[in-house]
Amino acid sequence: MSDLLAARAQMAMSLAFHIIFAVIGIAMPLLMVIAEGLWLKTREEIYLTLAKRWAKGTAIMFAVGAVSGTVLSFELGLLWPNFMAYAGPIIGMPFSLEGFAFFLEAIFLGLYLYGWERIPQYAHWFAGVMVLLGGTLSGIFVVTANAWMNTPTGFSIVNGEVTDVDPIAAMLNPSSFSQALHMTIAAFLTVGFAVAGIHAYFLRRDPNNLFHRRAFAIALSVGGVFALLQPISGDISAKKLAKHQPIKLAAMEAQWETERGAPLRIGGIPDEDAEETRYALEIPKALSFLAHFDFNAEIMGLKAVPREDRPPVAIVHFAFQIMVACGIVLIIAGVLGGWLAWKHKRLPDQRWYLRFVTFCAPLGFIAIEAGWTVTEVGRQPWIIYNYMRTAEAVTSMPNLVVPFVSFTVLYIFLSIIVVILLRRQIFQSPDL
Amino acid sequence: MLSLEFCIACVMLISLIIYMLTGGADFGGGIWDLFATGRRAKAQRSLIAHAIAPIWEANHVWLIVIVVLLFVAFPVAFAAISTALHIPLTLMLIGIVLRGTAFVFRTYDVQSDIIHRRWSRLFAIASAITPVMLGITLGAVASGTIHVDAESGQVETDFISTWFAPFPFAIGFFTLTLCALLAAVYLTLETEDTELREDFRRRALLAAVGVGAMAGLSFILSAEGAPTIRRGLGSAAWSIPFQILTGAVALWAIWTIWNRQFRLARILVPIQVTLIVFGWGLAQYPYLVTPDLTFSNTAAPDTVLRPLLIVLIAGGVLLVPAFWYLYTVFKGAARKTRQTDGEIGT
Repeated sequence: MSDLLAARAQMAMSLAFHIIFAVIGIAMPLLMVIAEGLWLKTREEIYLTLAKRWAKGTAIMFAVGAVSGTVLSFELGLLWPNFMAYAGPIIGMPFSLEGFAFFLEAIFLGLYLYGWERIPQYAHWFAGVMVLLGGTLSGIFVVTANAWMNTPTGFSIVNGEVTDVDPIAAMLNPSSFSQALHMTIAAFLTVGFAVAGIHAYFLRRDPNNLFHRRAFAIALSVGGVFALLQPISGDISAKKLAKHQPIKLAAMEAQWETERGAPLRIGGIPDEDAEETRYALEIPKALSFLAHFDFNAEIMGLKAVPREDRPPVAIVHFAFQIMVACGIVLIIAGVLGGWLAWKHKRLPDQRWYLRFVTFCAPLGFIAIEAGWTVTEVGRQPWIIYNYMRTAEAVTSMPNLVVPFVSFTVLYIFLSIIVVILLRRQIFQSPDL
Repeated sequence: MLSLEFCIACVMLISLIIYMLTGGADFGGGIWDLFATGRRAKAQRSLIAHAIAPIWEANHVWLIVIVVLLFVAFPVAFAAISTALHIPLTLMLIGIVLRGTAFVFRTYDVQSDIIHRRWSRLFAIASAITPVMLGITLGAVASGTIHVDAESGQVETDFISTWFAPFPFAIGFFTLTLCALLAAVYLTLETEDTELREDFRRRALLAAVGVGAMAGLSFILSAEGAPTIRRGLGSAAWSIPFQILTGAVALWAIWTIWNRQFRLARILVPIQVTLIVFGWGLAQYPYLVTPDLTFSNTAAPDTVLRPLLIVLIAGGVLLVPAFWYLYTVFKGAARKTRQTDGEIGT
């Protein structure tokens, strides 16, 4: 394994691991705040039990997210020192702001988890709101830093030197809004369905359990609402890509030729040597329409750039298909749930629907991992799009396979423990 | 003249001091978990766990702040440090991950005593390793062995000799004793139980002696291991009075621990640690990574530093009341009720 590949593998593994916990840390507080708010309003004990149970799970996930996030902030330098020496000042603004958001999140999470008996009830609920705010803002800031790598702005290059740095302009780069929106919605959508899926599983065994009914109602509502919003943000993202990163879009769609009225491909196997995509189901002109709102708009193909400037097409194309497929299933689950609830005027607890939602539980996470694969692999071979190649950014440290293997083993160990702990501590019906 | 990079450097030093006083003490708690002995060992461990549970994650963020400020404001130095010190930093990260996760797993994994003890052991060992690695990193940065090519900006290093040397290790264990001292002194005030309090009084005295020994050893080793620092500490006009002051505070702190004036000790020991870290900062200034990188020759342009400083000031204003609330709820008068509280609101 070359050092560059080991560094990329370690970064990818660290991000893939962290994003699971980060997403839970962002979205679980919303569920907690809703449950606790309902308790404050109705004084039904069951909501308090629910908020506390969810808080327990969040505590574990947040801690893993916080430490794995720390690892990432160091890995930026440990693996990509040349990138950081170049980009650190330019993308420093969102990272600095993220630091403060993280402070708020950690401070108020301490108050939330350990303050049940110590602070007034409304102050406690407010602490939950601050955790939600801190977590969401943290996520948004970090995503804007990533967005800059896709669409770098806020600086100029004179004689190979970075000058005229404008950190605010860099933070508000063209991809920031679409990426942050897409990711934030994804977080709530994913966690909503994951939690709903877990409680649906219990409801199938114990249909009248009030605890799971309430939990299912809250989680499904959150997941469903955000599922309906996600296609809008997906559309915004597609149009941004078409404008600013056409080659990434071409890789996602496995589009080799630059053409007008490009089709949307479902499935298909891209052949990077032959420069063609086989066995795809093509919807005529749909890609042009989705990207530019015009059936005959021109779409840039991969052949427009030399081979060494293209990302690995197959990975990006497959990952994109997986993300979209998972997203569509979740949207169907959301719409169906809403329709069933509206039609029968009660919790959609039909056994087949519960089974469907249980099946949906992991889909959001799969979509997030696939989506980040599209973003990150699709940007290759660049670490800063059109400015710096990933190969130029890597550290001179040799034997990078050693830290890669170490962190992989560590994270696999942690994953197993977290699963065991959640099964034992969290995924159980409370004694009512 | 107060340049922007000087202001940012001050914020970094202050953040490092706060991290030592808060996060360092959390590590110190883990160290005393490792050395919990006698028939009150279980009570000691439980006291430590209760003391750090609500606050360690917030305290940990100071480290992130330091890293972020380093790469935003002094990017070349960040690149040099994280290249040359890849190995100790990686070990520190593994320590951070294991400390944090073992701590929460222990809190929520209450199946059996054996499992509980295993997590406890892992938490404790990781708590001891992490500050040593942090100290080694700081020691190596001070030692003058990280050379940066002026032309290319690239570090010239074999990745090992920069930190695998007596002086960085001395600073590593110096940091460890400081963490242990802070934790022991804080813990004397976390309990109403006089026997438990005596346990931590003895530990505080032990740690204070350890701090003295490691300070002396570090100073001796600095002649060879960190000549720039030694010059700063040995000959600058401010240095002798400053060291006398630090030593006097240290002795006074030991005196108060000996005489069971724990409230006073809890003020003096943090002052002592602050003076030590501050003195190191003074001795090293203007070098960020001795001998090639200074604060001014690695600073990002003012267009970056100015908004950064504004954010830091605004954010700081926001943080003060939040931290104040956190600490009054868990470290103020309410602490007395701890023994009667449930574990986590279940």
